[in-house]
Amino acid sequence: MLCDECKSRTACMHIIKIVNNQKTEKNLCAECAKAAGEISLSFDTQSYVHDFLKGIFNHGLFVDPQMLRGQESCSECGMTYTDFNRKGKVGCSACYTVFGGQFEPLLKRIHGSSSHTGKIPKRNGGTLKIRQQIKKIRQQLEQYVINEEYEKAVLLRDEIKNLEKEIGLSGKEE
Amino acid sequence: MLMKNLLDQPFVHWMSSGAQDGDIVLASRIRLARNLEGIPFPQRANGEQLSQVVSQLKSSLCDLNSNEQSDYMFIDLEKLPLLERLVLVEKHIISPDHAREASNRAILVKQDTTVSIMVNEEDHLRIQCLMPGLNLVKAFTSANQVDDIIENKHALAFNEELGYLTSCPTNLGTGLRASVMVHLPALVLTGQINRIVNAVIQLGLTVRGLYGEGTEAVGNIFQISNQLTLGFTEQEIIDNLYSVVKQVVDHERTARGGLYADTTDMLVDRVWRAYGTLKYARSISGQEALALLSDVRMGYELGIINEGSNCNFNELMVITRPNFLQKMSDRPELSGNERKKLRAQIIREKLTND
Repeated sequence: MLCDECKSRTACMHIIKIVNNQKTEKNLCAECAKAAGEISLSFDTQSYVHDFLKGIFNHGLFVDPQMLRGQESCSECGMTYTDFNRKGKVGCSACYTVFGGQFEPLLKRIHGSSSHTGKIPKRNGGTLKIRQQIKKIRQQLEQYVINEEYEKAVLLRDEIKNLEKEIGLSGKEE
Repeated sequence: MLMKNLLDQPFVHWMSSGAQDGDIVLASRIRLARNLEGIPFPQRANGEQLSQVVSQLKSSLCDLNSNEQSDYMFIDLEKLPLLERLVLVEKHIISPDHAREASNRAILVKQDTTVSIMVNEEDHLRIQCLMPGLNLVKAFTSANQVDDIIENKHALAFNEELGYLTSCPTNLGTGLRASVMVHLPALVLTGQINRIVNAVIQLGLTVRGLYGEGTEAVGNIFQISNQLTLGFTEQEIIDNLYSVVKQVVDHERTARGGLYADTTDMLVDRVWRAYGTLKYARSISGQEALALLSDVRMGYELGIINEGSNCNFNELMVITRPNFLQKMSDRPELSGNERKKLRAQIIREKLTND
């Protein structure tokens, strides 16, 4: 349906006005409605999306009471959880440790996961990379065992042993 | 490319023609978000801390230069007037946010304009690589090399579980945002775009307008990018985006073919009318120019039109943006009408010369 006013854009709202018992109806597009002052879209869409994100951080059914108090602050930058709720931005890298437990459900909600599997900076040590590798191989190994492909599983088990030896973990659990 | 050229010349590398799927994909972009360890993220850092970040990264300039054949230049955004910063936004060298706030903000730009590093945007570092056409792997390789060089010199905020730590939790993990700029006029004309956008969103990607978050899809140009950054490897993220974009490109090609076969006369007329208006108009708005350029670009790719075949539509898109026009004119402040006249004149000249 086209807008009654400009007759070019698609109408997206139906406006019914009753003035002195006189009922008038109009179909308008967002621009014409705004221009005619029929409806005020007071928020700008950009901040709206941002607000939506902030909202996500706030609402949950099962909220840790400590999180609600929001008093604990980061020793490095002074951010409190309330600050974070308000701005939707984290203050510094230490915040992730300070508020770690509180962030976890949030991260699961955003990403569906809360553990990193991508690139690792070299200076953070090669062992992490190998540990991640072992984790991946172990998952594959379990799959092979389920499928009863024991020959392949044995190969992977040896691979894990070698990797564990490499980072001085031989025989022990991660 | 000298700094002056970067601001005055419309052409930057991503506009090159002849790239993979260049008939539909304008450019591919990789962005890595990184922060220095021990300094609060830009939003919470004070002026002193911010300038400390700038000077630390400025010191990486020589490392970047010794490893790359071409050189990087350092640009202090504070010393750049707002207009010039906005020109850089129109050329996709920096983000709108980075242009708005200039104090203690900087960029390191590679001379060939493929790589730019925004300093103190939302994160201390935003390493960005832009390549023409569908070229995500090459863009990622370049950005990753820069990341390796930076990481070699500076300790980056990183956590075993959460990966690279970023100011916004939506960038955690890889800090990777891969995006592709696509021109989809036939999907829009045939009314299929909403269905495609919905399908793309279901695959964990987002679709936005020409200049990123919150902008409109003018000239039928859309940006498709990954939404999730944590729990996937860089390769998985890029593979997913690549395969989805490939699908979108196929659909657009099919739609173009169908449109041409079913409504040849209408489409040919539409393309030539657009070309005629662009070539002879004496005053034209930015929106109209982009819409017409979109028609001509499609007509050119479909072989409907040959005129102006040497003309670079990607470049014309940037030339016709308001801030770039202002920069090109020698007048202090163009009025809306003057800008429309200048825009029409420049397009006319481009189409006549080529």
